Amino acid sequence: MAVVANGATVRVDSISMNETTRRTAYRWMTLTRTFDETMVAMWKQGRGIGGTFSERGHEAVSVGAGLALGPDDVVAPMHRDLGTYLLRGMAPERIFGNLLGREMGVSAGRDSNLHGLGDLDLNIIGFISHIPQAIPTALGAAMAFRYRDESRVAMTFVGDGGSCSGAFHESLNMAALYNAPFVLIIENNQYAYSTPLSQQMKVADIAGRLPGYGLSAVTVDGNDVEAVYDAAAKAVERARSGGGPSVIEARTMRMLGHAIHDGAEYVPEALLTEWQKRDPVLTFRARLIESGVPEADLAALDEQAAVEIAEAVRVAEAAPMPDPASVGQRVYA
Amino acid sequence: MSDNFGFANTVDRASDDRTLTYLEAITEALFVEMDRDENVLVMGEDVGGEFGGAFKATKGLAAKFGDRRVINTPIAELSFTGMANGMALMGLRPVVEMQFADFISSAFDSIVQFAATSHYRGIGKVPWVIRAPSDGGIRSGPFHSQNPEAWFVHTPGLKVVAPSTPADAKGLLAAAIRDDNPVIYFEAKPLYRSIKGLVPGGGYVSEIGKAAIRRPGSDVTVIAYGTQVHTTLEAAHLVADDGIDVEVLDLRTLKPLDTSAILETATKTGKVIIVHAANRMVGVGAEVAALIAEEAFESLDAPIVRIGGLDTPVPFSPPLEDAYRPTAAKIEAAIRKLADY
Repeated sequence: MAVVANGATVRVDSISMNETTRRTAYRWMTLTRTFDETMVAMWKQGRGIGGTFSERGHEAVSVGAGLALGPDDVVAPMHRDLGTYLLRGMAPERIFGNLLGREMGVSAGRDSNLHGLGDLDLNIIGFISHIPQAIPTALGAAMAFRYRDESRVAMTFVGDGGSCSGAFHESLNMAALYNAPFVLIIENNQYAYSTPLSQQMKVADIAGRLPGYGLSAVTVDGNDVEAVYDAAAKAVERARSGGGPSVIEARTMRMLGHAIHDGAEYVPEALLTEWQKRDPVLTFRARLIESGVPEADLAALDEQAAVEIAEAVRVAEAAPMPDPASVGQRVYA
Repeated sequence: MSDNFGFANTVDRASDDRTLTYLEAITEALFVEMDRDENVLVMGEDVGGEFGGAFKATKGLAAKFGDRRVINTPIAELSFTGMANGMALMGLRPVVEMQFADFISSAFDSIVQFAATSHYRGIGKVPWVIRAPSDGGIRSGPFHSQNPEAWFVHTPGLKVVAPSTPADAKGLLAAAIRDDNPVIYFEAKPLYRSIKGLVPGGGYVSEIGKAAIRRPGSDVTVIAYGTQVHTTLEAAHLVADDGIDVEVLDLRTLKPLDTSAILETATKTGKVIIVHAANRMVGVGAEVAALIAEEAFESLDAPIVRIGGLDTPVPFSPPLEDAYRPTAAKIEAAIRKLADY
């Protein structure tokens, strides 16, 4: 199978990651982490506009799942899936431009922060704040592929919070019914804003609900990029070969607040300490070194990420704001 | 009713005009557009197979185009409309049947939040059509009688059409399908089989955004759409013998409004009544009245009058529903009063 990486196509011999893919995954994870840390720092310094959302803790999910897609597949990520946008080829300066309301931002100043990052040229569908909306939308993309008999797959993401919505259940019923080439990643990060899982649902196992709809569902360690990739690649292959939809519940932890303003004092410190030991970027880095990848290679990727992100911020901050006279443009096609 | 019920300027008369009901004209538009464009498909509850929908608007489509292009959905308006969003982003042109316009509220997020904002936010074009069988007066109660157009006229990014004639039922549906934006097509259930009219054959398209004078007059203007165009024409006929000459403007498109046609007739007669079956409160009539008050105040000879449903749920029992809805008698009384002003 082929995966897209920084605009180039990388051959992958098996579904499990080979060394090239592992290095590619690390490259996107460190870029994502660097972007995120830079963004959080900027907002704390008052250099941001409005709010924003950190994806700290979700890097293995967004990168592992995103890497499992082919270039012609379509993905509808959400606000904690920065890694997916980046590895699909969305330039960091366009995303910072969006965060800063610039004309060169992905939505040209129309949509806020990490919303509005849709670019069909990159086969990315942007999400709306009504998060579960991405599920029927991506299902519709999958139905379009089936309609045209194309060998393409649509993937999207939802949180534990969104898994309680009507759109989630309606859409998954239809995905199974229509045998759509569709993959849903549930990012179970323990909290929907301030509400823990135990106050959202009676069961602790979201994936366990789904065989009832006739769906294939698995649970993976969402902090292990190789585990996420492995499950996602199998799901994508299954969908592409006509085997129908799959759902992957990736268990992880939202390490910062819901949004930048939120100190998340409601999360027990012990829970964060426990998950900090399982930091997806640091544990993957350690595993790579242990498996023989020279640390200097990874340090070079870290340095490259720092340079890229600093340049992206510079470009975005220097870019012009949209012309107020353009406010009425683009409402209609 | 007669073949053209006075709608002299409705149709560009081609040699293959036929007399069709409003419902037959809807079905014909679906056949023609699906035949013309492989990307056009139909989806919704009960639309497929032999059955052909609660009102039979899609009857025969599955036999001709197959189940692939005529998709039966579960009762899941929110998500099958969301699915249409994804299909449309991928270049298909889904025509979604909302079994009754009343059920469109279940799909609100998919329409108002996703579809309507997508082009503005740079996500992409969403060229779907929702067919929404609307309107009451047929004793169907609070949940099978509604006219929810104002919600969508209030929403930037959508277009909203409401045909009153068989020719427009076909032409506006074809135009909606070919439009690159999400269009909500309010088809009037009371008109389905009650009116017939000449409908051009082939790929006939009515322009979105253009109103039409259905009856020229000089004393009072009545602006209406959908079923109320016919109720208004009946009222205009009733007052004509007393020398009151009513002009009837059929809006046809509710978003974008044909502001020049509205201002032209308001300026011509100086006396304006706006009629719709939806409740009056913050209805389309309020926007039309405000437009006239802002742009044509100096031409008015009397206050603008609005006639609409009461600010209640749509009641079931016939005397209650008649009290709720605009009727020819109510419109007639308003015309006489305004003519005397």
